[in-house]
Amino acid sequence: MLNQVKAIFSSRRSTWPKRLYGHGDPIWTLLLIFGSLLVPLLILAVGWMLWNQSAAARAEFGWNFLLPTLDANWDPIASNFQAWPFVYGTLLTSVVAIALAVPMSVGVAIFLAELCPSWLRLPLNWMIELLAAIPSVVYGLWGIFVFLPNIVAPVGSLMSKTLGQIPGLAPLFAGPMPHSGVSRLGAAFILAIMIMPTITAVTRDVLLSIPNSQREASLALGSTQWEAIWKVLLPYGLSGILGAILLGLGRALGETMAVTMVIGNSITGKPSLLSPGYTMASVIANEFAEAVSELHSQVLIEIGLVLFFLTLALNVAARLLVWSVARRTLQEVRS
Amino acid sequence: MTDVQPQLTVNQAALRARRKATSALMLSLTGVMTLLAVVPLLSIIGYVVYRGGKSLDLSFFTQLPKPLGMEGGGVLHALEGTIVMTTLAAIFATPPGILAAFYSAYHPNTPLGVALRFSTDVLSGVPSIVIGLFGYAVIVVPARHYSGLAGGAALAILMLPTIIRTAEEMLKMVPHSLREASLALGAPEWKTALSVVFPAALNGIITGFLLAVARAAGETAPLLFTALGNERYDVGMIIRNGVAQNQSVLQIIGRIVDQPVDSLPLTLWKYAQQPYPERIEQSWAIALVLMILVLALNIFARLWVESRKRRLQG
Repeated sequence: MLNQVKAIFSSRRSTWPKRLYGHGDPIWTLLLIFGSLLVPLLILAVGWMLWNQSAAARAEFGWNFLLPTLDANWDPIASNFQAWPFVYGTLLTSVVAIALAVPMSVGVAIFLAELCPSWLRLPLNWMIELLAAIPSVVYGLWGIFVFLPNIVAPVGSLMSKTLGQIPGLAPLFAGPMPHSGVSRLGAAFILAIMIMPTITAVTRDVLLSIPNSQREASLALGSTQWEAIWKVLLPYGLSGILGAILLGLGRALGETMAVTMVIGNSITGKPSLLSPGYTMASVIANEFAEAVSELHSQVLIEIGLVLFFLTLALNVAARLLVWSVARRTLQEVRS
Repeated sequence: MTDVQPQLTVNQAALRARRKATSALMLSLTGVMTLLAVVPLLSIIGYVVYRGGKSLDLSFFTQLPKPLGMEGGGVLHALEGTIVMTTLAAIFATPPGILAAFYSAYHPNTPLGVALRFSTDVLSGVPSIVIGLFGYAVIVVPARHYSGLAGGAALAILMLPTIIRTAEEMLKMVPHSLREASLALGAPEWKTALSVVFPAALNGIITGFLLAVARAAGETAPLLFTALGNERYDVGMIIRNGVAQNQSVLQIIGRIVDQPVDSLPLTLWKYAQQPYPERIEQSWAIALVLMILVLALNIFARLWVESRKRRLQG
């Protein structure tokens, strides 16, 4: 009897601090919460920091900073800054890159998801992933010495001879094309190659997540395999594919090193795709470390802020689209 | 069996032939596109191996750069800088990344879990140059000098999403019965996580870690105004001087990380823009080293994942 009481007493004594600390679990949970709060907080901190650090630039120039201007001025010595040439360069190269990359990526994704024999699937998937893993400076180096002079320069001069003669398109394709191939067109080509793996991978996953009943129903109604893909699968996965395109666009807008190496970094008044240009990311890369004044670095940070918000919005939209496809598929499988 | 094919009019037959032809044409077009998509990869690998292999030798890894116009010289400073900064980044990013992965794997549907997954996806889409600006504003400005520490922190932010996502997937692949068995035996949650679930998922987590390291080692943009670059960076010299002056280990580490540092991609970028042929050759050699590093880490990681998956499924 006495022994039992003693045992209970002693066991109580030895466990009460552990009960208080829940055997350490509350501490563990706190650690987990700390780790998972870090990422959302980082994003907020990036936005807040860029916003704060560009306050003077925003007050000085307002929205005129970003608006289209014909005689754009970027003069660090006179402290006169207008970002339109960079915005234009970024938008033009990204849009052309998307136009080049999307048909290609969707084609590759269709091949990988629907047609590819299973022994070929793994090596091809690997190759696409390796294409995404190559550092962007290596793309830039290959671009300068191999791709631009051999591929882009001939294509560009062909464009200026054909498309450049059409009256409506003339300003966009006005020559002459530089022999080195250094131009907005070169940047767009390199960007297209760089974003292709992203769009391909997401589109492939979207296609693979479509239930088989959709394919079977279409084939059973007598459609050919291409008709099943074009008229059933692609419309079904459309929002996911749009998401993939937005993700690719986000990458293209923010890509820095490869573009800086091939675009020529010059502020010309010419809007032509075939002349050298500048992008938002590449002006930050080139000038930030050597900014001549406080205002100069502030306007560069403001460009970074614009870039941040643009890619943020694109990514949020893209994720929502991709998620919506996944959720719909799940619901249909369940019901 | 009788032939059940209905009789087709000439028009219908033509339509059917056209539809079949379209299908065959478009399907083979996707195959051609796939072939075309692989061409840049092969071209890049081929050129980098061909041009980089010519100027790659042992002194490339063991010497500091010589002044322009002199023969030889290497990129030891950049190699050391890359190692220092990726190590720092791994140290900064791995612990919180794995904690976040645990949370995301076990509480995916809580508000914080959803926010975490969403913001991880978003963070991986933030341009790396913007992360560089952030590192500059947060570390370089208060410290009033560029440093390897700032570069490592910027790289850590870029590594986080990869680490979290792969670790989460691997933690989810660990069978629930293992975790439940440990909890049923009375082990607290943290002990179950650290001594049962984590070791079971370790292989996959290391894979994700390697992929993240590969990505960080090839990044340039976030280092432009955090690490800046330093042609005279020499870890061996710092250590020898430190030992000669009887400094403590912490002081020596402080000197290694708290000054401008170069890295391989940063050096490649600078060399590729210079009009000197020997510098161009060296930038191709750096590209080769980077490609070997990145591709080897990637292929190794993928092989590991595949074998792991097969074992878990089999």
